[in-house]
Amino acid sequence: MFQYIFKRLLLMIPTLIGAAILIFFVLRLIPGDVCELRLAGSGLYADPEQIKLCRDNLGLNDPILVQFWDFIFGFLTFDMGESMWTGRAITYEIGLRFQLSLQVAVMATLVAIFIAIPLGTISAVKQNTWIDYFVRAFSIAGIAMPSFWLGIIIILGLLISTQAMFGEPWMPPIQYVSPFEDLWANLSQLIWPAVATGYRYSAVATRMTRSALLEVLREDYIRTARAKGLVEKLIINRHALKNSLLPVVTVIGIEFAFLMGGLVVTEQVFNLNGLGKLFVESVLNQDFTLTQALVMVVVTVFVFTNFLVDICYAWLDPRIRYA
Amino acid sequence: MKYAALKYATAFAVGTVMAVGMSATPTKAASDEKPKMGGVLNFVVGSKIPSYDGHVETTFGMVHPIRPFYSLLIRVNPNNPSSPTDFVCDVCEGDVPAGADGGKTFTFKIRKDIKFHDGTPLSAKDVVATFKKIIFPPEGVASSRKAFFKMVESVEATDDYTVEFKLKFASGAFIPAVATPFNFIYSKKDLDEKGYTWHRKNINGTGPFRFVQHQPGSFVEGKKYENYHFKGQPYLDGFKAISAPKMALRLQAIRGDRAAIEFRGFPPKARDDLVKALGDKVTVQESDWNCVLMVTPNQKKKPFDDVRVRKALTLAVDRWGGSKYLSKIAIVKTVGGVVFPQHPLAANKDELVKLAGYGTDIKASRAEARRLLKEAGQEGMSFTLNNRGVDQPYKVVGTWLIDQWKKVGMNVTQQVNPSPVFYDILRKKKNFDVSIDFNCQSVINPIADVTKFLGSAGNNYGQYDDPVLEGIYDKLSRAESVEEQRKYMREYETRALSDQAHLGVTLWWYKINPHRSYVKGWKIAPSHYLNQSLDNIWLDK
Repeated sequence: MFQYIFKRLLLMIPTLIGAAILIFFVLRLIPGDVCELRLAGSGLYADPEQIKLCRDNLGLNDPILVQFWDFIFGFLTFDMGESMWTGRAITYEIGLRFQLSLQVAVMATLVAIFIAIPLGTISAVKQNTWIDYFVRAFSIAGIAMPSFWLGIIIILGLLISTQAMFGEPWMPPIQYVSPFEDLWANLSQLIWPAVATGYRYSAVATRMTRSALLEVLREDYIRTARAKGLVEKLIINRHALKNSLLPVVTVIGIEFAFLMGGLVVTEQVFNLNGLGKLFVESVLNQDFTLTQALVMVVVTVFVFTNFLVDICYAWLDPRIRYA
Repeated sequence: MKYAALKYATAFAVGTVMAVGMSATPTKAASDEKPKMGGVLNFVVGSKIPSYDGHVETTFGMVHPIRPFYSLLIRVNPNNPSSPTDFVCDVCEGDVPAGADGGKTFTFKIRKDIKFHDGTPLSAKDVVATFKKIIFPPEGVASSRKAFFKMVESVEATDDYTVEFKLKFASGAFIPAVATPFNFIYSKKDLDEKGYTWHRKNINGTGPFRFVQHQPGSFVEGKKYENYHFKGQPYLDGFKAISAPKMALRLQAIRGDRAAIEFRGFPPKARDDLVKALGDKVTVQESDWNCVLMVTPNQKKKPFDDVRVRKALTLAVDRWGGSKYLSKIAIVKTVGGVVFPQHPLAANKDELVKLAGYGTDIKASRAEARRLLKEAGQEGMSFTLNNRGVDQPYKVVGTWLIDQWKKVGMNVTQQVNPSPVFYDILRKKKNFDVSIDFNCQSVINPIADVTKFLGSAGNNYGQYDDPVLEGIYDKLSRAESVEEQRKYMREYETRALSDQAHLGVTLWWYKINPHRSYVKGWKIAPSHYLNQSLDNIWLDK
């Protein structure tokens, strides 16, 4: 097992280096300039001399190889520098949003797991009954509905229903409060995006659980267990479910990593100050240093999540680690 | 069901009448009310804060949350912000000085009772250090409004509480430039001891609120400054400026009372939705807005080097009709020339209709446009319009223009680009056919603002050289009386918009600010940069 983990860890290094090189050069191909946007973007007069000064100060007039070396050196020494837009340390900018994004991702994953595993299991066990049809319709609706759209509907629903009931419309808070500061305020803001995102996330996982479980339930060893007279509950929980979870774990892992930086629109809908929103802002502002750092954070999260998924594989199916 | 529909319709009608009524006569009753002390104002801001340094930044995303921490030397009168010529002292005392020495010397007396938030007393030295940083920044120090003060020769403190500006030539653009809301007064001690970049990440002002905290991307919090120099103010205990980039969310935030106001402005439909949902719990203030979208033909590209083609572009556009219908769906409304429509230097309707593209007989204008195109051999011409990927009002106005041009046989394709690409095309590649361009200023300062139409201006992208226009501007900038300025302004306008049709002005923006009715004391200004000190706002809760 240790050798297996070590090999997987080594494989992470070339992936991260490749991503760093790619993102640096791809970003420079995008037309636009952070200084132009910052000084002229509001329609006010922008002095060309000031724009040049801004570019000099940000090192944008340096040769591209010098800029590349600065980026790689910073990456290797864990110093990503400062945001070109705000001038604040990138570690500070990202750290500030990481807590919120992580909390939403964890909450949405929990919502998804609590919905997907039981529903997927029931749907497989009760195949072709009205329960199965209902679960399938429920999950297809989840896949079909974008989470941001569901988010908008949730907010409008809350505004309209509370106004009808109490005379004054209510909506979730629009500024983040740490759970350690005020748990109630924190949950009253984050539960809604977690539900909106978790529902879509669960829909994929429910269908995956159902199909994987159906496949396992047709295996010879399940038939043998039934022939031996084992109770159905034990067959499902101990023998079938665990073996059907491999693809489900993959889906959950990939989705979790996606949630850490990919909740772009949902974060806008609920005004969450997370990594997705920061990502969009940094791209729109042509803030190269911040965009590069964010891509690297997301790549690292993906690589690390895949690493954890690989470990889960090895735990769920010992044959994998010996292969 | 019928009853519910009737109820909503009635609420909507009453709300609209109330709202419009209040905006037309900005709340005499409200101004007579005794302000209540206390409360925290939550407001939403649709843009981001690059840094706290007003001398460098240009976005309202910085002005709205940071301006309340600072004072200015003079400012637009907060009780009469709709006037483009009413300025009052902030850290100076008495009236705003009229220029002496033929309009070439301005002497400001500084108040003696002002302290920075760190306890340092404010003196003339601080004001001088501030304006020297803005007007004569040391090499390598950024100052976005240095060019506004080209007429200034020197700024000196003649004693501890007197500041004297000496100008190279008398200019009507000086006082509005001083009142620009970005000219935060910094402490000389901070500049000397902490350097010229310290204010990018730190705040120490003399404004009505003290800085408490800033969570980047989330909110800025301020609390009342007890030693504020306007005694009895501010009325609020504090404020929270909440960052909310999406307009829909800002709207819902006001509806759900997570925020009481948004100071930039909403489109007409959003106003109607809020009024419909909240009735008399929302008040709407409306004003002409000192922003305008323009059409810029690239004169380095054929056939736009031909004045007949450029004239046809402007003649095809029905501005008076657009004002009537486009204003129902977009934040544009007023027909105007090169100057903000409410300013004394602006053209009146009689003067406007003499310009190409401003006639009230659109059929005749379009017939003339067709004739010019035929004469230039450009009947049925095709080109691409470079536009910015922002809904309000860029895409709406762009689509409208294409429809207008189609009516004289032009085939136009709209290329909508994200802001970075849009700017890249406009300012660097310069390879567009015709582009949307814009002019959006804070304090209404026509003599400075109209430089946009000069081919030599840094923010003019038409790529032309017009010495005649430059000559008229030179006379305009040195004209001393309003009558003289007005005369040259008409000459300038006719040359830029009509005779040469270098740029085409579309419709001036229209600012709509619906807010919770318990927000009192704030009056709409013709710019989203103005009247943002928040010292006159109180909450009627």
